[in-house]
Amino acid sequence: MTAQVRTWQGELREAASDLTPGVTLALLFLIFVFLVGAFAPWIAPYGEGQILTNESFEPPSAIMWLGSDYLGRDVLSRLIYGVRITLFLALVITFLSFFAGVGLGFLAAAFGGRVDMWMSRINDAMLSFPALMLALIVINSLGSSFVVLVFTIAFIDLTRVFRVARALAVNIMVMDYVEAAIVRGEGKGWIVWHEVLPNALTPLAAEFGIRFTYAILFISALSFLGLGVQPPQSDLGVMVKENMQAILYGEYTTLYPAFGIAFIAISMNVFVDWLLQRSSAKLPDEI
Amino acid sequence: MAEPLLKVRNLDVSVRDKKGHEFKIVDDISFDVQPGEVIALIGESGSGKTTISLGCMGYTRPGCHITGGSVELGGTNVLDQSLTALQELRGKDITYVAQSAAASFNGAMTIDAQVTEIPIITGAMSREDALAKAAQLYADLELPDPENIGKRYPHQVSGGQLQRLMAAMAMISDPRLLILDEPTTALDVTTQIEVLYSFKKLIKDHKTAAIYVTHDLSLVAQVADHILVLKDGQMVEYGATEQIISDPQHDYTKALMAAAHLMPDEIHAPPVVTNEDPPLLQVRNATAGYGPDQDIIALQDIDLTIHAGETVGVIGESGSGKTTLGRLISGLMGAKKGGIYLDGHQLAQSVGQRSKEDLRQIQFAFQMADVALNPRQRLNKILSRPMLFYRGLSRREADREVARLLERVDLPTDFAWRFPPELSGGQRQRVNLARALAAEPRLIICDEITSALDTIVAQQILDLLEDLQDELNLSYMFITHDIATVSKISERIAVMRLGRIVAQGTVDQVLTPPCHEYTQLLLNSVPEMRTDWLDEAVVERRKLVAALGD
Amino acid sequence: MSILEILGKRLIFGVGTLLFVSVLVFIGTEILPGDVAHAILGQGATPELVAQIKERLGLDQPLHVRYFVWLGNFVTGDFGTSLANGADIGTEIGRRASNTIILALCTTVIAVPLSIVLGLAAAVKPGGLVDRIITSTSLALISFPDFLVAVVLVTIFAVKLKWLPAIASIRPSYELVDWIRILILPVLGLTFTILAHMVRMTRSAVLNVLSSPAIEMAILKGVPRRRLLLRHALPNAFGPIINVIALNLAYLISGVVVIETLFNFPGLGRYMVEAVTNRDVPIVQTCAMIFCSVYIILNMTADILSIMANPRVRYKK
Repeated sequence: MTAQVRTWQGELREAASDLTPGVTLALLFLIFVFLVGAFAPWIAPYGEGQILTNESFEPPSAIMWLGSDYLGRDVLSRLIYGVRITLFLALVITFLSFFAGVGLGFLAAAFGGRVDMWMSRINDAMLSFPALMLALIVINSLGSSFVVLVFTIAFIDLTRVFRVARALAVNIMVMDYVEAAIVRGEGKGWIVWHEVLPNALTPLAAEFGIRFTYAILFISALSFLGLGVQPPQSDLGVMVKENMQAILYGEYTTLYPAFGIAFIAISMNVFVDWLLQRSSAKLPDEI
Repeated sequence: MAEPLLKVRNLDVSVRDKKGHEFKIVDDISFDVQPGEVIALIGESGSGKTTISLGCMGYTRPGCHITGGSVELGGTNVLDQSLTALQELRGKDITYVAQSAAASFNGAMTIDAQVTEIPIITGAMSREDALAKAAQLYADLELPDPENIGKRYPHQVSGGQLQRLMAAMAMISDPRLLILDEPTTALDVTTQIEVLYSFKKLIKDHKTAAIYVTHDLSLVAQVADHILVLKDGQMVEYGATEQIISDPQHDYTKALMAAAHLMPDEIHAPPVVTNEDPPLLQVRNATAGYGPDQDIIALQDIDLTIHAGETVGVIGESGSGKTTLGRLISGLMGAKKGGIYLDGHQLAQSVGQRSKEDLRQIQFAFQMADVALNPRQRLNKILSRPMLFYRGLSRREADREVARLLERVDLPTDFAWRFPPELSGGQRQRVNLARALAAEPRLIICDEITSALDTIVAQQILDLLEDLQDELNLSYMFITHDIATVSKISERIAVMRLGRIVAQGTVDQVLTPPCHEYTQLLLNSVPEMRTDWLDEAVVERRKLVAALGD
Repeated sequence: MSILEILGKRLIFGVGTLLFVSVLVFIGTEILPGDVAHAILGQGATPELVAQIKERLGLDQPLHVRYFVWLGNFVTGDFGTSLANGADIGTEIGRRASNTIILALCTTVIAVPLSIVLGLAAAVKPGGLVDRIITSTSLALISFPDFLVAVVLVTIFAVKLKWLPAIASIRPSYELVDWIRILILPVLGLTFTILAHMVRMTRSAVLNVLSSPAIEMAILKGVPRRRLLLRHALPNAFGPIINVIALNLAYLISGVVVIETLFNFPGLGRYMVEAVTNRDVPIVQTCAMIFCSVYIILNMTADILSIMANPRVRYKK
């Protein structure tokens, strides 16, 4: 038993001392990428659509550190802007889906009974829709814009977040401390806010990371199919698609954005894994 | 004395925590088991008793490892054996009966397949012989339908039967040493003695040596020849059973003895209460159940009265409806028929419809303090919330009040800034009680609040309850399965069985013979500290069960 | 509840889900903007022409009538014609579906046994070297976008080594050998995208079983290691593993779409992506329905299998 009183500063210090080199690296990389995304216009040497040369796929040089792409634009600058758009979309999507998913999931768990049954049933039916199919149908009808992309993917994510949040809350709702609050006569709102939420925070944080990764991969896949972000705007997935054909001629430009996506996702997954292991929290069966 | 069958010398077992620090959970344990002898390992949770018994089989749970000492079985050191040799040893020479048979049987195989598995795959017996032997063992263990019970899957038989089937599995290869790890702890009290009896008979008939692991001193008196008392992984006292129970040397053993679940020699007759006041709480003719229309009846025609300042014990086994009754009174579920009356006025069915004042007067204390307290709230918040909620205290008043409350339940005041996981089990149970007190209630419903605690700690909590009652004129409804405890602290008792109250009245009325057969059965199941108790109790039990007629 | 009742309930739920999905597909493609008539006519739409087209396509009927007509047609195999070129969708689907089935089947046949073996190997000794390699590799792999592994494979085997074709177009004259040459890269790429998830989930399912008291009991009983795994652990992990496989079919479906597009493989996935790009509604509807139905039916089958594998359900009290 520790004699010290626990404070959040203490917890943070303890967490920092538990960091392994791999996790530290992943965290630093994530911070770096987010900074790059946030300050893209100040960091990028050129504009994202600026055509610098008539030569496609020029080799790296002092002017263009990673060479030019198929239209003669600076690959590095486009990468930096691509990261910005990918991260921006993924963040908006994840926040949206979390806001709605956790809210609805907790609601279902707190009310239980018929409310819960119907909400879960509808959600299960939505889950039986393969995610990509749902996205393709919506994009077929509405075309592809930022708004459509964000809301579609957030909706798909919402069904997953709902499931996880509800399962977490249901497991907490049956604890005796919640029952104690119920017998005391506390309202549902107080119970969810003071009893359920604090105990669901760690697994929800992990789930946030997982959903964030998923959003990045999903947008990238859509953009790769030509159905996501539309040129002239471009995220990392669009860059992969644009430069894909060149790989047949031995130009590897397309690999930069592809690995960029992978590294962001790996870092996030490493961090999430560490978080779950450290707190020995468990997510209700992942999808 | 002959060469012992099992020689354990200086056994050390350590665990490594997340940071890689090692610490010993079993420290320098030595004992012998003679052929045909039963030795009991006694201790509370965390005393290392299970770890030692597993160590005797050369096994440690994940995260633990044996760091020193030796375990010799008939001259071979178990700890030096290869995995293959160990597998042979475990199937044939040392066998194990686990605490929860329900979890330890494989749900995907029939019982026969599991009982006969080892002799068949090692070629020790033919299939037919093994099955015949299994059936014989089932019969010896007095299981119903011994020819066919093994054809079933584990989920198709009851807990008490599974526990005996597991003993059959352990005995099929005629082991030299049998390890029984809390084999009756998960069972209801009235089932417990039947299972214990069949284990005792089995061991005696086969002249098998055994290690019996338990936390319950009164039980082992019935089966063990020697007792080894453990605390925090260390040996406290080691001696013959007679000596330990009649003349314990060590203070810890004495404390264990004092806290054992024994019936008091004399049931105290409470002074005849000339209580003309209207009762504090009355349950009138209540029927309640679960399911959409409360079709599955859990409580039937319940009448119960609790006066101010008295303790009413509600006693019953699992499924008797005793916890449901507590939930009904506190408004966690509604009645199908009948009602609850506080000070003569009827309470609304559910929590949501009751007034704050009604809610405040009846508080609920839960069984498991570790899940009853939110691990993410400081004690200050846990304890001040009822004050703010019911009594409208200001923050500052509440802080002062919390400090007073902590002192009242004998906890340091600076605990207010701790979280529940930083407390021990007994401390948490005190907080659990303190939270109920924070509302300044008149009645506290205590649902098995001592059953998850080690006996010595449980006794301290009971003492605290009595002090608080004297001080604050509280009433308790004490729900438990333990008739010995309840007879010591209650003024009146209600005995529940299958959703009904079968007997009710003052302690001496209910518990002094002649009493209801079921009460008699419960009384009969409380172990006594004499070695011939079990045989008599089993005979008596069978008569009573026949008289109850189901 | 008897096992028949449970299975019956599951079947009814499956059929219900199929209907629900068909309604969504129909509504999603027909009601939302991007009117079909306008889509066909493009810029030159006059009100008369639009009315004419609407009548021809039955768009003047009320919505629920159109839904049932559409559903009836779909069920009887009448998928209509492409808006873009008027070709019969049924013929095209028949040709492409068989290609996709070959691709998906090859992948499943490789990925499922492989992931079970790898998952088991990792779970047998958690924290051991094998486990660490398998878990960290699979953690990296699940973080890869669907196309990354395929792009890397193309770079190595098609561009650098020139062993295999980078494009998987199919000609009628192709022999078995040609088929194999074409399929290797797409199948490998697809395998990697679903393998990692399956390995991780199998591992945790098996670990869960291995840490149960029943397995500890079997160890203490002296059951040999092989038998412990195969006879005691696997039957109990069977249900969870089936569910893992079913869950990963979702990844297989999105993987198929991406991989087919990447390799120009003439399958259903690419057909659908092209149709979405051209807003060719009947094709999108048909493909979506096919993918969704397959997914739902496979999921249902998995559920039924794992219900049957559970002795608690199979043998009642």
